[in-house]
Amino acid sequence: MSNIYLPFTSRIIKIIQHTDIDYTFFMEYRGAVKPGQFFEVSIPKYGEAPISVSDIGDNYVGLTIRRVGVVTNTIHEMKVGDSLFLRGPYGNGFDVELYKGKEIVIAAGGTGLAPVKAIIDYFTEHCGEAKSLTVMAGFKSSKDILFRDDFKKWEQACDVTLTIERVDDDGIPCRSGLITRYIPDIPFKNVDEAQVIVVGPPIMIKFTVAEFLKQGVREENLWVSYERKMCCGVGKCGHCKMDDTYICLEGPVFNYTKAKTLID
Amino acid sequence: MAYKIIRERFDQYLQQLKKDYRLFAPVVLNGKGTFTDTDSIRYQEINSIGEICFDKKSNFSAKEVLLPITQTLFYFTEDNWSEPKVDDKKLLLFVRSCDIHAIRRLDDIYLRNGFKDPYYKVLREKVRFCLMECEQGFENCFCVSMKTNTVEEYDMLARPQGKFVYVTVKNSELDFFDGKAIEIEPKFPQKNMTEVKLPRRLNQDIAGSPMWQEYSARCIGCGRCNFVCPTCSCFSMQDIFYKDNANAGERRRVWASCMVDGFTDMAGGHQFRKSQGDRMRFRVMHKVYDYKKRFGYHMCVGCGRCDDACPEYISFSNCLDKLGKAEEADQ
Ligand SMILES: Cc1cc2nc3c(=O)[nH]c(=O)nc-3n(C[C@H](O)[C@H](O)[C@H](O)COP(=O)(O)OP(=O)(O)OC[C@H]3O[C@@H](n4cnc5c(N)ncnc54)[C@H](O)[C@@H]3O)c2cc1C
Ligand code: SF4
Ligand code: SF4
Ligand code: FES
Repeated sequence: MSNIYLPFTSRIIKIIQHTDIDYTFFMEYRGAVKPGQFFEVSIPKYGEAPISVSDIGDNYVGLTIRRVGVVTNTIHEMKVGDSLFLRGPYGNGFDVELYKGKEIVIAAGGTGLAPVKAIIDYFTEHCGEAKSLTVMAGFKSSKDILFRDDFKKWEQACDVTLTIERVDDDGIPCRSGLITRYIPDIPFKNVDEAQVIVVGPPIMIKFTVAEFLKQGVREENLWVSYERKMCCGVGKCGHCKMDDTYICLEGPVFNYTKAKTLID
Repeated sequence: MAYKIIRERFDQYLQQLKKDYRLFAPVVLNGKGTFTDTDSIRYQEINSIGEICFDKKSNFSAKEVLLPITQTLFYFTEDNWSEPKVDDKKLLLFVRSCDIHAIRRLDDIYLRNGFKDPYYKVLREKVRFCLMECEQGFENCFCVSMKTNTVEEYDMLARPQGKFVYVTVKNSELDFFDGKAIEIEPKFPQKNMTEVKLPRRLNQDIAGSPMWQEYSARCIGCGRCNFVCPTCSCFSMQDIFYKDNANAGERRRVWASCMVDGFTDMAGGHQFRKSQGDRMRFRVMHKVYDYKKRFGYHMCVGCGRCDDACPEYISFSNCLDKLGKAEEADQ
């Protein structure tokens, strides 16, 4: 029987620094993986951490990692050519098929942009496959902005609204305040069919979803990705459970009709 | 087949079994209790029936055998893993009806909730049950209310009585007694001192009830109720390295508790259930509501160990009873 807890080694092939504390590590990986899924990333002696895939390539995945503690600090010390240990991918992820042919709006707060980046990449690279794509991303300050180069690419292919809470001019075009302020401006053609994805910290998800509902987006067309404390990633450790639902198994991506029934 | 045999013969039998089995049973550990001069009853390896504590409830359950408090998942060196070796021997556990039901709950999580857990699976496949009877249950037991007072899935039964042991062996693999066969019916408790009016129509609305706040004031978040529970299955992972060789170490899992700080802490300082009242609500709902939605029966088996262990005299059965009676009053 295969051991679900045994990781495999993966070499770091590239590192991009976005902010003081957020780096993307491109890791060797061959195998199926979907946007919104995550890997358990580890370094022996330090431990494991669940990290979403932010880039999906033929022979690699990108993991955008914020330095916040034991494991993530140690990963940030590593260099190209070093190896990390991975197991996964876990979780359900986003089903790209579901959004094809639709108006799509993706709203992300802070590091919540990482788990949806691969969908944005997909639809900006396959422009014709969606009716329209609107990306909204909110950060605290310009120092916190992730994926600056990618924003430039995305702007060529879709509508981008980048907001920061306090505007401090550092050259990147952005608007001030929270993204919720700009949701009423989205020119929905047929709001009944529009598919909306919201990812970010719990409080951001709450207000952003409320605003989309106010604009007439249907609950069944709203998708959220939940981040909860996780240890095992495989339905055993219990940390991620809400009601009878294991976020690591049945999530982290949920349709809002389901998500709204989950109480912490 | 059932037999009446003298104790010495039963001990010889256990010695014979020990060639292929490790025997685990509740044993009194003198002076190891929570308070000075109190004993603790825990699962330990035994050699003879005299060591087994039949007449009291064990403080901890047989869960300790299948899901050790700390369990090494693998050892590592620089870039190599090795899994710990597992003893070839099978396991014979002396357990009560509720405990067998409890292990079925652990099976759900470890074998049927998505992926199979390989560590649990190898041990679980080796387990045989020797039923210990409870004539009337103990303090705080409410197995009758939870319908876990009777059980059929056991491999043998042992009932010590004076100089004799009455034995039923259902699994032929364990049957090497000789002598005249007799008839023995297992005795199960039909009534407990504690009875619980189970809530039947619980739903998420109860989450907002002010009753949970009472627990915020009383509960100290020690997690004992989780650790003694035979059906609590949560764990956290830890890596350790060895002092004498920093290149080598191991990854372990250790029991975790939803009643204790840190269980839901996220990076950035967000905690999902801060108050003890919210944690109590989460634990109670898991034991008698959401688990049933997922697996078809309640998780709690009514062993009452959580009530036995709580230093603040918080009673789980009382909480269930309150929920049940509130429902009744609502009608
Ligand atoms: C599905 C999922 C996807 C995630 N994707 C990303 C990602 O793409 N990029 C990223 O930087 N982070 C992501 N996280 C968060 C990341 O897992 C935690 O920041 C990381 O586990 C912290 O580990 P550490 O050892 O460095 O911190 P620790 O030293 O263990 O702890 C530092 C802080 O992080 C908290 N923490 C510990 N473990 C977790 C955990 N499993 N989940 C959340 N918080 C935790 C601790 O309670 C503490 O507050 C994701 C989490 C989940 C559940
Ligand atoms: S919740 Fe309490 S009574 Fe129920 S199984 Fe666990 S320890 Fe026993
Ligand atoms: S044993 Fe009692 S005090 Fe300790 S966490 Fe459980 S309910 Fe709270
Ligand atoms: S992360 Fe362990 S059960 Fe979901």
